[in-house]
Amino acid sequence: MPALLEVEDLHAYYGESHVLQGISLAVPKGEVVALMGRNGAGKTTTMRAIVGLVTPRRGAVRFAGRPLAGLRTYEIAQGGVALVPETRGIFPSLTVLENLTVAARGAGPWTLRRVFETFPRLEQRRKNLGGQLSGGEQQMLSIARALMTHPELLMLDEPGEGLAPIIVQDIHRILANLKDEGVTMLLVEKSFAFATSLADTVYVIGKGQVRWQGPAEGLKAAEDVKSTWLGV
Amino acid sequence: MELVNFLGIQLLNALWLSALLFMLAVGLSVVFGLLDVLNLAHCTLYMIGAYIGFTIANWLGSYWLALAVAPVAVTVVGAVLYVALLRRLRGNHLIQALVTFGLLFVGYDAARMIWGVDQFRMAEPALLSGSFPVFGQGYPVYRLFVFAVGLVTAVALYLGLERTRLGAVVRAGVDDRETAAVLGINIDRAFFIVFCIGTALAGFAGVLAAPIRTVEPGMDVEILIPALVVVVIGGPGSLKGAVLGALIIGTADTFGPVLLPEFSSFTMYAVMAAILLVRPQGLLPVKPAH
Repeated sequence: MPALLEVEDLHAYYGESHVLQGISLAVPKGEVVALMGRNGAGKTTTMRAIVGLVTPRRGAVRFAGRPLAGLRTYEIAQGGVALVPETRGIFPSLTVLENLTVAARGAGPWTLRRVFETFPRLEQRRKNLGGQLSGGEQQMLSIARALMTHPELLMLDEPGEGLAPIIVQDIHRILANLKDEGVTMLLVEKSFAFATSLADTVYVIGKGQVRWQGPAEGLKAAEDVKSTWLGV
Repeated sequence: MELVNFLGIQLLNALWLSALLFMLAVGLSVVFGLLDVLNLAHCTLYMIGAYIGFTIANWLGSYWLALAVAPVAVTVVGAVLYVALLRRLRGNHLIQALVTFGLLFVGYDAARMIWGVDQFRMAEPALLSGSFPVFGQGYPVYRLFVFAVGLVTAVALYLGLERTRLGAVVRAGVDDRETAAVLGINIDRAFFIVFCIGTALAGFAGVLAAPIRTVEPGMDVEILIPALVVVVIGGPGSLKGAVLGALIIGTADTFGPVLLPEFSSFTMYAVMAAILLVRPQGLLPVKPAH
């Protein structure tokens, strides 16, 4: 059975700069896959290419067996791919509640009540404007909002970035729970412990190519990979 | 006492003119602020609304039918214009200005070909045809009706923007288009609906104006300039800005000619210049300057 998400030989450019030089990866249903690598390795661009925010020059992306080439971003999202961007993308002039309901789509596992049970802090702040939230609350809202679209694939771009350790722990726990519930995830993460404790499979990306792939446990022992491509 | 009466009447005049300006400027402003389309032909749609309304009222004898049908017809015209032309000009204001300025001439000539050069005035509905005594004279009820409609429109638009899902989608799109798309929101469709609402309001304003202002070729250009000034001083894309700007320009355009007749053509621009000196981004811009 093919994986839920298949990325095949993806090439993308920013101007003249060849940022993705043939990325291939697969995210099987129900698994968590992590992309690791240094800044500028091409992790974010890979995610942006999957949702159509970057148009690849070559290669293919298939989701649930369907090629995504030529689809607009909102159509890809409606097809079941959700992205929690590194910048979080909270709408500052919408309330927390509106941020959630504006994304809500059709029937599915994620009701407002279930989201508030998962993120109690958001319920307390539901009437606040998005622009009034702390960084941690914004990250929670960004994840919660993505869940409101009932994604088959949840993509998270550095969910722990710039947050206090205690908040990072919170987010890690929430993602671990989601994993236990069978949510398929593609995770970009620089923190070695965060990524390897969640992921089933890790792809190490460096200079636009996949440099290593394998089970998260295997990466812990691959000292040369870590020192060359992760700087650990 | 006479002065009070005189100023009172002018104040009432300022109110209905402000209401009319608001209904035009809000469409112009939102289409410019949200869709990034500068549509100088917006007021041509207002003129078309007035003509279609006049024609319907003339044939079928019903003002209310005209008020209901003309905005729909104008919306169809506007939607075709948007899909066929305006949508393709996004992001280039100079080309937009040139093309829609051209449309202004097309509209002018089309109106002359269809309805001739005669001036028409539409009859106001019997229900609102009287006048009531105020400030020592009779004041037409219909003009107060126009003001009331403008007020209701402003409140309805505000509630629509703040309390409905479409309103939230539009605000989300203004905040961050890319994230909206990533969440599966078709922002182009939401903005198109907003364009249609703005267009319908232009047609609506045309019918409302038809019993007060003459229906003739060129009635669009006459109101385009003050409407543009309202957009500029209120802040493009801003609903509250359109309300405030319309009140200011409606007042300036009413009081200027009677208080300073020799400067009548200048008052509006003086007000605009004064405001822009202090607040170049407009009085109530969508995204406040930090």
